[in-house]
Amino acid sequence: MATGHHILVDDARQVRRARYPKWVLFVVPLTALLIQIYLPLFETLRFVSKIDLPLLVTIYFALMSRSQLRGLAIGLVLGLAQDSFSRFYIGMYGLCKTMVGYMSASVGMQFDVEHPFVRMMLCLVFYLFHQFLYWVLQRAVLDQPVGFNMVGEALLAVINALIGVAIFHFLDKLRVRE
Amino acid sequence: MDSFLHRYRNVSVLFVAIVAQIAAIAWQVRQDNDVPLLRVWAVSAVTPVATAIENIRSSAFGIFGDFFAGHGSRDETRTLRADRDRLRLENQLLKDQLATAQQANALAGFAKQSPSKMIGARVIGMTTGMGTHSVLIDRGSFSGVEKGMAVVTPDGIVGKVLQVYKFASQVLSVTDAGFAASVESQKNHTRGVMKGLGNSSAKVDYVPSGQKVDVGEVFYTSGDDRVFPRGMPAGKVTSVKDGATFQEIYIDPFAAEATPEEVFVLVDPVHQQIPEAPPPDSPVFLAPDTQTSADTPETPSKGTQADQLVDQYKKIGAAQNHEFGQGATVPNFNLKVPGVNAPMGSAGASGGSGARSASGGILSSAAGSVARAATGGSGIVRRVPVAATGGSGAVHIAPRPVGVSGLSR
Repeated sequence: MATGHHILVDDARQVRRARYPKWVLFVVPLTALLIQIYLPLFETLRFVSKIDLPLLVTIYFALMSRSQLRGLAIGLVLGLAQDSFSRFYIGMYGLCKTMVGYMSASVGMQFDVEHPFVRMMLCLVFYLFHQFLYWVLQRAVLDQPVGFNMVGEALLAVINALIGVAIFHFLDKLRVRE
Repeated sequence: MDSFLHRYRNVSVLFVAIVAQIAAIAWQVRQDNDVPLLRVWAVSAVTPVATAIENIRSSAFGIFGDFFAGHGSRDETRTLRADRDRLRLENQLLKDQLATAQQANALAGFAKQSPSKMIGARVIGMTTGMGTHSVLIDRGSFSGVEKGMAVVTPDGIVGKVLQVYKFASQVLSVTDAGFAASVESQKNHTRGVMKGLGNSSAKVDYVPSGQKVDVGEVFYTSGDDRVFPRGMPAGKVTSVKDGATFQEIYIDPFAAEATPEEVFVLVDPVHQQIPEAPPPDSPVFLAPDTQTSADTPETPSKGTQADQLVDQYKKIGAAQNHEFGQGATVPNFNLKVPGVNAPMGSAGASGGSGARSASGGILSSAAGSVARAATGGSGIVRRVPVAATGGSGAVHIAPRPVGVSGLSR
């Protein structure tokens, strides 16, 4: 966990790249996608569709990898996979998540990404950024008359951030111990 | 140059990735096509897992969930508890089987009643985004599903097939912001275009301000879009506002109230009549099962109302030994022929208005066939409003079958 109350990187340990077993890199994103498409089928679990699990997984692995290329790659792959299940053209989620992955990894090199507050703020900001970028693409590229509900999205960003912190904590357990 | 690329390698890769995806989107928009291979890979990777989970859930979870939740009292003896649990498990199993059988019967009844040729499919996934709603079903090109086919349940229209894979298809939901279908209101026969709004409701566009639409009125598909056959329930009007040119009409789609577990893909859609709206204060009764009634007129063959009328006239002509196209004589079309345009047992009485009695016969026959279909096998009795039509006893066909709400999750 975080050392003291510092949120900026001040320790060599904090800039070290986290390692994971290979199966984690396949199973976790696949599970996130499955949950995203399967659980909303049930009336009581419909809210799951509002939680962008592939985005949270992208942010987590990008932050922890501390490599812009790795972040970009995971964002690209998860985004394209999510695009495959959406009705829109391939590349919409891919583009947004590529950006988020790259930027998360860039930020991960500056902050102590194991600090829960940092994680929460990053999830919140990147969720809003992702939704805004997607909305821009929908309007600009696809010419869809879709509105951007700022209050609703802000509320969802907070919920996603809180859930993100919990998921990140769980995913930390899957790291390879050094 | 090498050092420049090395220095800006990450940004360069990001730039390439973004440009490539923008180019891909632009290409898809221009070609009105997408990159099917990526979708096939992703859907092929997820579909078997989702199908397996859904099969396990539907067959086992209900039984064992209730079984384990049922354990309780510590005061009972171990033997009694074991017996109780065994009986409870058996009971749950039987209940589950009964529910499955009832559901299957209801679906079979719908499939039998509808003249359209359809394929049953199970919903195995759902995708939602900003203003987008679509579902994945476990039938694809292998089962004969094609892009653009209509997807319905007994409750109403669900959506249309957007993408087809070998063993799965993606269905654009009626609530999706990109969905559109031509519809017609039941009572005032007002036509418009139903559009999804990206949330759980939809609106009907392009209805001029002068035309009458009531709150609570039901919209049916009009068949103009060549996707949905005429006569499928679409939704009920929740609010109507007058606009400058067009009215703002919001409706609650019937099939979107809860995500259905099972749906039908219309492979060969056939138009049906939009049922007439019941009079506001008409009494309602449970229609008798016409399957056992001997004096029910013969069920008309499939086809349009004109086809049925031609068929009826042929039979009336045949009853008078008249051969159409031979000679200049005209048969008496007002003649009541038992089993054709009059109940069995009555004969020869000519009605005051030939046209009215003829159409009355058709309505009776149709109502009889619908009631048979609704009760056949499933035990479902449909509520049919009474509407006297010149003493013929003809009834309006009920708008849609009831008793199939158990389809929804």
